[in-house]
Amino acid sequence: MKSLLEILKTEGPVDPDEIAIRLGRTRDEVEAELESLRQEGILLRYSALVNWEAAPDLKKVYAFINVSATPEHGRGFDKVAEYVSQFEEVHSLYLMSGGADLCVVVEGRDFRDIARFVAEKLAPTPGVTSTSTSFVLKTYKMEGVSLMAESKNSRLAVTP
Amino acid sequence: MPSPGLRSSRLAIDLPPSGIREFFDLVSGREDVISLGVGEPDFSTPWKICDEAIDGLRRGYTSYTSNWGMSELREALAADLHHRHGLTYDPADQILATNGVSEGLDLAMRALLDPGDEVIVPEPCFVAYKPAVLLAGGRPVVVETRVEDSFKLRPEAVEAAITPRTRALMISYPNNPTGAVMSREELLPLAELAEKHDLVVISDEIYAYLTYVGTHTGFASLPGMQERTILLDGFSKAYAMTGWRLGYAAGPAHLLESMMRIHSYTAMSAPTMAQIGAIEALRHGSQDVQYMVGHYNQRRRLLLAGYKRLDLPCFEPGGAFYTFPSIAHTGLTSAEFSSRLLFEENVAAVPGTAFGACGEGYLRCTYATHLDLLKEALVRIGHLLERLGCAGTGADPESV
Repeated sequence: MKSLLEILKTEGPVDPDEIAIRLGRTRDEVEAELESLRQEGILLRYSALVNWEAAPDLKKVYAFINVSATPEHGRGFDKVAEYVSQFEEVHSLYLMSGGADLCVVVEGRDFRDIARFVAEKLAPTPGVTSTSTSFVLKTYKMEGVSLMAESKNSRLAVTP
Repeated sequence: MPSPGLRSSRLAIDLPPSGIREFFDLVSGREDVISLGVGEPDFSTPWKICDEAIDGLRRGYTSYTSNWGMSELREALAADLHHRHGLTYDPADQILATNGVSEGLDLAMRALLDPGDEVIVPEPCFVAYKPAVLLAGGRPVVVETRVEDSFKLRPEAVEAAITPRTRALMISYPNNPTGAVMSREELLPLAELAEKHDLVVISDEIYAYLTYVGTHTGFASLPGMQERTILLDGFSKAYAMTGWRLGYAAGPAHLLESMMRIHSYTAMSAPTMAQIGAIEALRHGSQDVQYMVGHYNQRRRLLLAGYKRLDLPCFEPGGAFYTFPSIAHTGLTSAEFSSRLLFEENVAAVPGTAFGACGEGYLRCTYATHLDLLKEALVRIGHLLERLGCAGTGADPESV
């Protein structure tokens, strides 16, 4: 299962025939496993990894916002998290250890966009007691992929 | 012409040029070649290993080490050898850090051979074995391995080649260039021969970690073999550290002592920063090795499936990162096929003859190459086969 997921994670929807060959399995086995991965909520969807910073007209701004919130008896932070997660500006949302309770990753067109979201939507959310916003200035690596200039492969064309 | 006084030695002049070198000259200068001709990983060295070496430099580890290598490295190697082969080697005088397996091979031959002594060298094999014997004043005696034996070494063939001058048997599994592996049961008769004829076995196990079929058996772990085996291994292939030039030899103390003495004059010590990196590789590199081995295995299967569709006969390699398909049915020689593949399709694959005369009719194609390039190479090989009237009856080669 790990090898199959690693292939899908780095290469996207690869033809099950090819996966079967590479993993030494049958096509039927691979398809059955893909189906159960979907059923179990492990395989959510296929998506491209996009470097928005390289697309001049489509730039997006990201911010990591540490949120402190008031936990509820029996539910902890789940209710406030569920509420916050429904804003379309929220890219991802995590329960954290350490100083803050939640980390909200917010996506916007520009800094003002995000500032408005924090001031008008996130901070006033019932249960949220404080926010601390850090803007992303430059991305060096995302999802395991380095965005810095790749070093040229210096292997010789033929070696013993 | 330089004056006669400036000539090279007879030995150097007579040393045959490497078939790899000749082919390299053909390839160099060409653009956009897909190379299946490379005998090294396409991964970079895991960063944690580089980081340790850099930190070592920062902390001033820039001097020679003991001729044997750093004691920390030899202790880590002893633990690794115990873990992998169940063997106990004394780090004090049974393990020597070398400049790659290449130096270990050279030292082993020089430590063992008197002029005219013979070494049995199975072919096809790594290009350096025969020259290493020759440079040490010995005589290589070739034993050919055959596809019908899955390129395993037949004990009868070895025994037939043994003479009173035979000192050593060279063994190399998983094999470069065939990818063949030999199981414990298959190696046992060779161990008996070594015992019976009182031979040293030089076992090059640089590809041991890259075993996909069965499990690797270290030759020294066979009954009675630790005392007559010089194990050569290193970090190049498993940890993607070819450029670091770090290998090691492990074996009986009296032979290792001789090898160390030669090494102390010819190399002094293995590179210090490489030794520091190697310690980290041994301590924390096993997950990286597993990751790379998993990828090689996927590529191995993909390439073999591709050959099948092209009706290109290929023995199934169980180790290393090479395939050794047969092109005999095309009517071309290995050299002709590989130069046509290069000039017509821009794919570089080494003619089997670079690894011995019995490599005629074969090509060595490496799968230590990105999957997308392997797929494209298969398409291009298919085009050449088509023009030669030998195209596969299977599905469209474009379909993988």
